[in-house]
Amino acid sequence: MDTIKIDQVQKEIDARANKEVYIHLETTNGAYASHFNQEAYNVGAFIRNANVSYARGKIVGAGATYRVGLKLDIGWIYAEGVNQYEIDDEGRLLMAGHDNEGRLMVALQIGEKPFTY
Amino acid sequence: MQEHVVVIYPHPDDESFGASGTITSFREKGIPVTYLCGTLGEMGRNMGNPTFATRESLPEIRKQELIKACDVLDMELKMLGYRDKTLEFESREEVAKHLYQYLEEIEPTLVITHYPGYAVHPDHDAFGAAAIQAVGMMAKEKRPTVWAQAISRNYIDELGEPDILNDIGDVFATKLDAIMAHKSQADGMLAKIQEETQEDIETAAKTWLGIESFYTWQF
Repeated sequence: MDTIKIDQVQKEIDARANKEVYIHLETTNGAYASHFNQEAYNVGAFIRNANVSYARGKIVGAGATYRVGLKLDIGWIYAEGVNQYEIDDEGRLLMAGHDNEGRLMVALQIGEKPFTY
Repeated sequence: MQEHVVVIYPHPDDESFGASGTITSFREKGIPVTYLCGTLGEMGRNMGNPTFATRESLPEIRKQELIKACDVLDMELKMLGYRDKTLEFESREEVAKHLYQYLEEIEPTLVITHYPGYAVHPDHDAFGAAAIQAVGMMAKEKRPTVWAQAISRNYIDELGEPDILNDIGDVFATKLDAIMAHKSQADGMLAKIQEETQEDIETAAKTWLGIESFYTWQF
């Protein structure tokens, strides 16, 4: 993955607007968070293959991290903290935020076909 | 009955961190070992350090790492095709029956798995419980011994000292090789161990991972 370049990612988001797309959205601090640190509290959520269409999508932020919002007919998809992106070999837009040890903290991915499940 | 060990864990790397010294000791005695690995660790959050995997490329990367680790450990591998983080939501009965089919075919003398309720990760608890249920489904005279591995902070307080303590110092180099095969996962984990113990990586890992302990399950 590369560091996010906001103009390029915005173009990729625009290119997938008003189409049927599949979303992978995820955030986690890991299944071992409270094992390694008793003060910590495990949280995580993921949705794989939400089948939606967004009329408008926008990436906002500067410097280290970005927020992405996708406006749906009846709701929103939102992710905060993405800092890297990639168009993978299947043309999917993958965005993710990692901590300084390379561990994934948040991911928002948009594909035109379902992600493998 | 011919000895045969079956290891049942849900994630690629559970075997290397948890039981690779014990596995190596069995292999050195010529005892076959088969690993029933539940998932490909698809939802792991370590992506290498610096990152080289994505959520979508991680499963194939971890599959190759798993195959490499099993080569290092000279054990047979069966990948069972469940999805990381979801094992506790599958039907326990169906997962147990799935494992039972393998056990009936292999007829192991020993099964190594996680101690349900004391294994920290929900997949560990769920797969360990299914493994023990599967062994329980076998006829008494065919039933292998089960070594259950606890990991939680409180396990000694609640379960007492484990009865199987394998000092794997003699084969530690192989254990470290097996761990290192899981490059996407090991970079982060070993750095963490090193940071906490302030020692070089081999000494640090040996301090943390030099003894593999298990409880003999009572049916």
